[in-house]
Amino acid sequence: MNETPTRAPLRPAAATRRIDPRAFALPLALLALWWLLTAGGWVDTRLIVPPGNVLRVAARTLGDPVFWQGVLFSVARDAGGFAAGALGGVALGSALGASRLAERLIGPSFHTLRQISLFAWLPLLSSWLGYGELSKLVFVALSTLYPVALGTFEGVRGVTLEHLDVARVYRFSRSQLLFRLILPAAAPQIATGLTLGLVYAWVATIGSEFLLANWGNGLGNIIIKGRAAFNVELIIVGMLAIGAIGTSLNRIAARVEARALRWQRPPT
Amino acid sequence: MSASTDDASVFPPRGRGALPQPQLGALLDFARTGVGAVARRVGRAACGLILPAFVLAAWCSAAAHHWVPEQLLPAPASVWQSLRELWAAGDLQSHLGFSASRVAWSLAIGGSGGLLLGFGMGLSRTLRAYLYPSFNVAAQFPVLGWVPLLIIFAGIDEGLKISAISIAVVVPVTINTLKGIANIPPHLLEVSRVYRFSLAQVLWRVVLPAAAPSLFTGLRQAVMQAWLALVFVELLASSEGIGYLIVWGRQLSQPDLVVAGMVVIGAVGVLLDLALRWLESRVQRWRRAAF
Repeated sequence: MNETPTRAPLRPAAATRRIDPRAFALPLALLALWWLLTAGGWVDTRLIVPPGNVLRVAARTLGDPVFWQGVLFSVARDAGGFAAGALGGVALGSALGASRLAERLIGPSFHTLRQISLFAWLPLLSSWLGYGELSKLVFVALSTLYPVALGTFEGVRGVTLEHLDVARVYRFSRSQLLFRLILPAAAPQIATGLTLGLVYAWVATIGSEFLLANWGNGLGNIIIKGRAAFNVELIIVGMLAIGAIGTSLNRIAARVEARALRWQRPPT
Repeated sequence: MSASTDDASVFPPRGRGALPQPQLGALLDFARTGVGAVARRVGRAACGLILPAFVLAAWCSAAAHHWVPEQLLPAPASVWQSLRELWAAGDLQSHLGFSASRVAWSLAIGGSGGLLLGFGMGLSRTLRAYLYPSFNVAAQFPVLGWVPLLIIFAGIDEGLKISAISIAVVVPVTINTLKGIANIPPHLLEVSRVYRFSLAQVLWRVVLPAAAPSLFTGLRQAVMQAWLALVFVELLASSEGIGYLIVWGRQLSQPDLVVAGMVVIGAVGVLLDLALRWLESRVQRWRRAAF
């Protein structure tokens, strides 16, 4: 093992990361423009609402338990669907990757079904499973399944013959082979798939709440009702909430991924 | 074969005469492997068809024995029938035309915007310092989040669809363009400096070929995102287009229309994927020829 770590550390040094003040120029300019336009009365303030109103509505919304209930419902839906889809995706991806037979039998169908644009499933799912929680959960799970299965498949395919030979020499059982060789070796690609799956799960959660706005409770439902009431402030607040929650979910996932894959990094 | 060897002994192979035999052998080999490859390919396709055939058979018998109410699962025959009727009446073509033109406009608008942003931020450090942080924050927002706001500003007409899908396109194009430019090996730029390339030459002969694979990845992701966003927007608010076909079927309680719409969406997805793969192989061939 003369494999000396010649690679540079993957993370940029945290100390050198300093926010360039120029980053704030564009947002500040846009805010100023927004404020000027609405304060000067040059635009229809029912359409382009003053920033102050948005702040007021934001403060009121953040103090409203109904809003937090919606957020909680959405996040729970997202997490539940994601968990189911991730499990299914890892299982499907490992099967497709490790077994030629499974790949030949299921692979073509999987790759064809994958081409059906996700939201096209929603009307059919809701007519099968009703407008309740179940159809949304299944939809979120389906949206997660594809990227996770693809990532796992690629990862499992990347397992080298040498590793497999070593495992054979040690007479690994099937479950040992899966849990001690294949899944650890495929871990980086599975993590990539999971990260992508998380993004899609959040999109699917919000999207299903938009499309089935009259049923159930959630962040998406609140926003669509705000649109029906022409409450632009609420829409903007909701949009910011969607972005903030999605971003924090991705941040958490990146943290977890970095920690879970720490053993993969070359020693520094 | 013995006849030909006899011939060869009578007429000793000389010059051109020697050629046919190895050619024949190669031809036979080729035929054998060719047949083998074809057989393998046919076998593989047959394997892949087992599952769909099984599902189709189950579907057919479920419909024939009325195991599931027709309202939930339309018979395959009625899906096929409504597809044919839609095609014959020209509805399918006009819906597809609406959807295709939305995607095309959005790809043109969002794609050129993304290229502009990507090249701008990739080539100019100043521009990147001013724009990239804001872009990065905006890119974290799912496109769907923009839609309610866009509805307020743009109504629910063509403007909404094209602006929403364009936003879906801008993000992957910009990110991949940026990535492609950032990953250009510095020695290529050094060489171009040694040769005193003009800016246009650097762009055309170094930056563009080196960034091409990344640009292509951007295009691929953009098309897929556009297709996803299109179906969403058409389901949410539209009065024509392929997504509307599904909404319409839902409103008329005609599940065969819903499934027909899904079949068409899947078929277009497969075609787009094939077209992109073909294009990718072309791009890569061109890239190999360039170096």
